[in-house]
Amino acid sequence: MSATQAASDEALIARIAQGDRLAMQVLYGRHHVKVFRFGLRLVRNEQIAEDLISEVFLDVWRQAGKFEGRSAVSTWLLAIMRFKALSALRRRKDAELDDETANEIEDQSDDPEVTVQKKDTGNALRKCLMQLSAEHREIVDLVYYHEKSVEEVAEIVGIPENTVKTRLFYARKKLAGLLQAAGIERGWP
Amino acid sequence: MTVAKRVADGGPGDVEGLLPWHAAGTLSARDTRRVEEALASDPGLAKQYAVIRDEYAETISLNESLGAPSAGAMHKLFAAIDAEPAARVPVVRAGLLARISRFFSALSPRMLAAAGAVAALVVVLQAGVIAAMLSKDDGGQSFQTASHRAPDAPLTRGLGVESGPQALVRFAPDARMSDIAEFMDSYQVTVVSTSRNGLFRLRFDQHKDLPGLLSKLQGERIVNLAVPAE
Repeated sequence: MSATQAASDEALIARIAQGDRLAMQVLYGRHHVKVFRFGLRLVRNEQIAEDLISEVFLDVWRQAGKFEGRSAVSTWLLAIMRFKALSALRRRKDAELDDETANEIEDQSDDPEVTVQKKDTGNALRKCLMQLSAEHREIVDLVYYHEKSVEEVAEIVGIPENTVKTRLFYARKKLAGLLQAAGIERGWP
Repeated sequence: MTVAKRVADGGPGDVEGLLPWHAAGTLSARDTRRVEEALASDPGLAKQYAVIRDEYAETISLNESLGAPSAGAMHKLFAAIDAEPAARVPVVRAGLLARISRFFSALSPRMLAAAGAVAALVVVLQAGVIAAMLSKDDGGQSFQTASHRAPDAPLTRGLGVESGPQALVRFAPDARMSDIAEFMDSYQVTVVSTSRNGLFRLRFDQHKDLPGLLSKLQGERIVNLAVPAE
């Protein structure tokens, strides 16, 4: 995200704090898709993720006056979504949900081994990315898709910066292991 | 230590741990230089970076395939916003007092109490500083009676037991205050009383010879009258 957009986001938050509904619409239009996808990757349920996106932005409407600008608005939004997604997972007994929904996803297409037979490494990689644990999925997504820095990921997830690097490293090792199990050798590790 | 050895050992190396952020382009300029230099000199690291670039591309591809929330989510949000109590009023050019008022009202009771305590402490400290300054000015004594006299300080009034000849003195109408002050200073005068007709009853503790003193006073330019007091 550019510095200009970050500043513009902050201006929108200041207007929202004054009750500006139009500013809320602009902010929603700008961020709702990415925040929704982040939540969806965590809860793995579109309906829940859609409910969460409304809750996240309603929180923004209520809490805008308390936003201190110490982090980017997008970082704040992702942190709120993460909190709500984890709460939703706890409510639904996340372990059960993980297994259940992972199975649902696997049923939708070929497993990684079959995919390899099709010589579709990219597809297999995406498949394995979906099989990562919630903890590993979120860190991979935050770094690669949401383009968050080490410091920002640390703030969103609530862990030290060194742990961020280590956790991503192990997520990648796990991914390599899943691919290896599917017969894909990438030369690392 | 090689990359393969580090992986076998556990965590990532310093630069190795930054590779994913390098792929995403979110490193600082300094770290970017460090990573690029390491990539240029370490084939193992470069190989791993190629793997990371694939992960990066596929993560984006996966997330982009997830779609977006329906319009219903937005309608639900704004319905909820419309149902919120209209507590917030758009602010138009708030004045200084309003801003100060908002500032204090935004403070929690605990912060407000702490701020009050700090303010009280400042007042006490200020009083202490003033008292210390006054104490220093009077030579370290905590108080001074009207009869006390510092060695070289002029006295204009005294209620002590010092004895000395007293005289009634009237100053010339054109005498200036500065002249009178200088006079009292030079004679070390204590003003005993004043009368309505401009007579001052003065005591001269540093003089014993009243006739001589009176004669000297009469010679002063600013003195019209100098007679012995009863």
